[in-house]
Amino acid sequence: MTKLKLAFYWAASCGGCDVAVLDINEKILDVAALADIYLWPIAMDFKYKDVQALDDGFIDVCFYNGAVRNTEQREIAELLRQKSKVMVAFGSCACFGGIPGLANLYGPQEILDRVYQETPSTVNPERVRPETNWKVKEGRLTLPGFFSAVYPLSDIVQVEYYVPGCPPPVDLILRAVQAIATGKLPPPGTVFGSDKTVCDTCPRKKEEKKVKGFKRPHEVIPEAEKCLLEQGLICLGPATRGGCGARCIEANMPCRGCFGPTDRVLDQGAKMTAALGGMISSRNETEVRAALATIVDPAGTFYRFTLSTSLLKGRVRPVEKGCPPGGIVAGS
Amino acid sequence: MMAAFEPKIVGILCNWCSYAGADLAGISRTKYPANIRIIRVMCSGRVDPTFVLQAFAEGADGVLVSGCHPGDCHYQEGNYKTYARAEILEQLLEQMGIEKGRFRLTWVSANEGEIFASLVSEMVEEVRALGPFRPTRERFAELQATIGREVAPAAGAGGEGND
Ligand code: FES
Repeated sequence: MTKLKLAFYWAASCGGCDVAVLDINEKILDVAALADIYLWPIAMDFKYKDVQALDDGFIDVCFYNGAVRNTEQREIAELLRQKSKVMVAFGSCACFGGIPGLANLYGPQEILDRVYQETPSTVNPERVRPETNWKVKEGRLTLPGFFSAVYPLSDIVQVEYYVPGCPPPVDLILRAVQAIATGKLPPPGTVFGSDKTVCDTCPRKKEEKKVKGFKRPHEVIPEAEKCLLEQGLICLGPATRGGCGARCIEANMPCRGCFGPTDRVLDQGAKMTAALGGMISSRNETEVRAALATIVDPAGTFYRFTLSTSLLKGRVRPVEKGCPPGGIVAGS
Repeated sequence: MMAAFEPKIVGILCNWCSYAGADLAGISRTKYPANIRIIRVMCSGRVDPTFVLQAFAEGADGVLVSGCHPGDCHYQEGNYKTYARAEILEQLLEQMGIEKGRFRLTWVSANEGEIFASLVSEMVEEVRALGPFRPTRERFAELQATIGREVAPAAGAGGEGND
């Protein structure tokens, strides 16, 4: 059997996805027996020009993790697309924009101002900003340019498969690699994972979902057996694709939604709004309002991983001056 | 000259009260602006917040959801759920930068045709003052067009470097 030719790439993400690949531990040897690797910046020393020199379609599968936020990430996404037969969006950032996608609640200028000027730990009296192109006496220095928004990989190039998760669980990675190695490929567009929700596969006991308000994970130690929503914790299980092995729930942590919505859900935030709104036990408007005031940051909580692929894809107009992070003006 | 802006409002009304109320406004020949497109659902509790977001994403300038008065829901408690959902949704919309006046939840009974008409007129004027809402597709196409031309990192400097 000829060996599979693989490439891995890391764009706008934390690096955890690459670590997840390494986490397959001794099974990495099976992968090594199965495959030759042509690019893997975290683990091996290849240069972009090595990839440029390959024939088009030479790489069998490229696992691209991370969202696309700057010109370099787009350039490499396009290069790898050209050189690969199959492109896999690997991890929640490549699939849905992930945590970096939350930056779509702000415009690029707001982000640069915040990072290079406003954070309490920043001292920058000359108002220095990163420049994409700068001449020094030794020559010219360049940096990748910053885009107006965070994009999932599929907004930039065609993607065949999606392996979600923050990071993707090891058994899912192996399943994807095995499917590819044995040529048993699902139809393009397939998201590896279950088509049921996390709730559907959750082992906890569920009774009636009625609460007086919500708590944040640091405020309580939840009971181990009982549905976390029923204990007043915001668990994204009802709006999230299963197949993750319920790792968080088993560790007594509510689901954070990293697998994104199921195929039948258009917008994770809207679904969570529906689920939580239906759970308030009171019928008194003042009490309902007080109960819901315990949801501190709906956009950040419900779209933690999927803002870039949500119906609105991000904030629709700039944050007004004086708006604190989160975009909500106090008292409004 | 550009045609004056006429807001497009999507109205999602429950069958048993609000739709009947809108109907009453019609048969009583009460005048109200034609900017609203009405969708009938069995109960306001059927209104998935996805409907509201999708209406905005596709270019509605405003969304009105209307059901029976509290206590009057044909299915006992559909509208209580709607109320709680709308409370969360309002917060979410605010974070997403959608102005308050573009989304409304109201209670209109079957005999409140006049009230329905005046609610719609009021909302149309409010949304008119806010101006058009841009559908996600359009806004996003514009953003994506910047993929080739990255944002100038330095405010005012144009990102052209120092030469
Ligand atoms: S039937 Fe009118 S709100 Fe439920």
